[in-house]
Amino acid sequence: MKMKKALSVMLAAAMTMTLLVGCGGNSGSDSGSDTGSSTENSKEESSGDVFKIGGIGPVTGGAAVYGEAVKNGSELAVKEINEAGGINGVQIEMNYQDDEHDAEKAVNAYNTLKDWGMHALLGTVTSAPCVAVGEVSKDDNIFMLTPSGTAVECVQYDNAFRVCFSDPMQGLESAKYIGENGLAKKVAAIYDSSDVYSTGIYEAFVKEAENQDFEIVAAEAFTAEAKTDFSVQLQKAKDAGAELVFLPFYYTEASLVLKQAAGMSYNPIFFGCDGMDGILAVDGFDVDLANNLMFMSPFTPTSEDEAIQKFVKDYEEAYGSTPNQFAADAYDGMYAIKAAMEEKDITPDMSPSDICDAMKEAMVSITIDGVTAKGLTWEASGEPSKEPMVVKIQDGDYAVVE
Amino acid sequence: MKKMSKTTKSNMITYLMVVVLFIVVQVMVTTGNLSSLLQGLLVPLCAYVILAVSLNLTVGILGELSLGHAGFMCVGAFTSAFFSKCAVEAIPVAGVRYLIALLIGAAAAGICGILIGIPVLRLKGDYLAIVTLAFGEIIKNIVNILFIGRDSKGFHFSTKDSMSLGLEDGGQVIVNGPQGITGTPKDSTFVIGVVLILITLFIVLNLMHSRSGRAIMAIRDNRIAAESVGINITKYKLMAFSISAALAGVAGVIYAHNLATLTAQPKNFGYNMSIMILVFVVLGGIGNMRGSIIAAIILTLLPELLRSLSDYRMLIYAIVLIVMMLFNWSPKAIEWREKHLSRFRRKNNKTEEAA
Repeated sequence: MKMKKALSVMLAAAMTMTLLVGCGGNSGSDSGSDTGSSTENSKEESSGDVFKIGGIGPVTGGAAVYGEAVKNGSELAVKEINEAGGINGVQIEMNYQDDEHDAEKAVNAYNTLKDWGMHALLGTVTSAPCVAVGEVSKDDNIFMLTPSGTAVECVQYDNAFRVCFSDPMQGLESAKYIGENGLAKKVAAIYDSSDVYSTGIYEAFVKEAENQDFEIVAAEAFTAEAKTDFSVQLQKAKDAGAELVFLPFYYTEASLVLKQAAGMSYNPIFFGCDGMDGILAVDGFDVDLANNLMFMSPFTPTSEDEAIQKFVKDYEEAYGSTPNQFAADAYDGMYAIKAAMEEKDITPDMSPSDICDAMKEAMVSITIDGVTAKGLTWEASGEPSKEPMVVKIQDGDYAVVE
Repeated sequence: MKKMSKTTKSNMITYLMVVVLFIVVQVMVTTGNLSSLLQGLLVPLCAYVILAVSLNLTVGILGELSLGHAGFMCVGAFTSAFFSKCAVEAIPVAGVRYLIALLIGAAAAGICGILIGIPVLRLKGDYLAIVTLAFGEIIKNIVNILFIGRDSKGFHFSTKDSMSLGLEDGGQVIVNGPQGITGTPKDSTFVIGVVLILITLFIVLNLMHSRSGRAIMAIRDNRIAAESVGINITKYKLMAFSISAALAGVAGVIYAHNLATLTAQPKNFGYNMSIMILVFVVLGGIGNMRGSIIAAIILTLLPELLRSLSDYRMLIYAIVLIVMMLFNWSPKAIEWREKHLSRFRRKNNKTEEAA
């Protein structure tokens, strides 16, 4: 018994030691990163300074598709900017951290980037982590530009801006479009009640629908845990006689909806939002099913526009897949940061807080001709002002309506 | 001076360990030696330590398996965040508001613990594991369909969407279904967290060595024998379980008041989280509070400190789990440890004697 007690004390001691060793290792890694930054410093001295732009998004877990797209899009922009001589002759260094689509991890990632010496943040990708990071970045006064954080609260503070549309804006524009073009009189909506993006659009859509000349005859929800079978929701929409089904969610689920609707020979007009972009690239998806599918999107990879064509071509060469709107938003976001920094002649030796103050002023005065919009400008509230396009799929290809 | 009993000594070591860690961290913060990553992790660490200690009360002392500890954390987090959000204007003093939030969170989680415990703890076998597993998932799903808003007329509830709340102009949606609670005041601090760890340890360690604690452990070791000497099985089981649940609620309060957004996702309040806490307890040693604290700290810090390895960190994390498990529990490893560490200890003793 005594032996056992002694053993347990030893064990505890051993574990405490591992902890201390852990701390030691930690301080070691700290000094490691210090030496890392000092080597960077020496590199900086030889090639001038570098701008450190941080990125946060999910590259593991369920939302990894979006995080990867943003990562690739922003890296592509960084590469191009650096090849063209950087921002006022200063190169950009990008550090992209994983947040696993979790608010707590996102704040950890943010703090990691802060230790690294981030000048400005291009992130975060998803909404809930974005709100949490927004809260801490406001306290530190670090500039953040989210490529795809659509929730209203993402840009509630004056240091935060976004490239994409907000959720309510998309819902409102969709309802307006359907009403003004007289697409249908009876509309059904299916949405993901466990998703901020989907719920946000849906609510704004319903609100605006009251002012429009159509009626919502069915509103059916599903959750992230049951997003493979939509037959119940579709049946209800069919029974209610809906001529148009509004699908404010991502393309992976939407491809199943289209398939199941075809299976029950229900052929209304399907109308989606920017999350629908990319549906033609789903593996094993019969593109004929998507014929006449309409959705609102700031970006179409098949556009004739030269800048978009170049972006799509470079992206496909570098990453082997067609860019979606997340990649496009990130690409534009990086160019917006560049433009804002050039506008105010920001130099890397300024403190992140000073950079943030200058960027806040610069953001409202710059205009970007990007891949998601021409003549993209920002308001002080952080919202971009750009016109949404309606895209219709015809013969297995995206086509812009109007 | 009267010689301290072995248990008092052991308890003192545990308290001392927490206090020393606290002082070390505080010194590092004031001298600016702590990276902002670690500074940001301090408050979550406190929450995880409390969770591990509280679950150890159920698993180690009571001897029942709970797979829904994240559910109790979720209850504590949401009730307290709801209160804080409502009271932000009424009670401007952060300290007072946070204290009330703590009490509310602990009480709500404790009540859930009692409600679950009353029927389930009467049963023999692993029913508690199954029911708590279900409880965690149910709580998560309830929170995800719950909409609560407030305007001049009072509170409005709905389980459909935030529009059916029928709020007046200027009304505020407090709990917004799957989007959770946004804008909880950031009241949790490291100091409060450490004080709460000490209080948690005080409660758990004192319970362990009290008359009730001995009754609880007697039930764990031999239910029939305990029953035969007249111990009220259900009462003591319920006592341990509800205290454990209430402490998990406290951890939830710390968690909720550290982040600006609170959403109930599988990631933070789901099954995975419950298993994560169980891993802290098992790797730290079942029934060993000190071990739980250490395991919670190491296993929370590890994935963050390995960030530089990007994609490999998840792999390394898993390997570390296996290695720790082998080191702690494999008979060969114990034998090896005994041989090498006891020599080390003997040497220590000799030097002590020499001194």
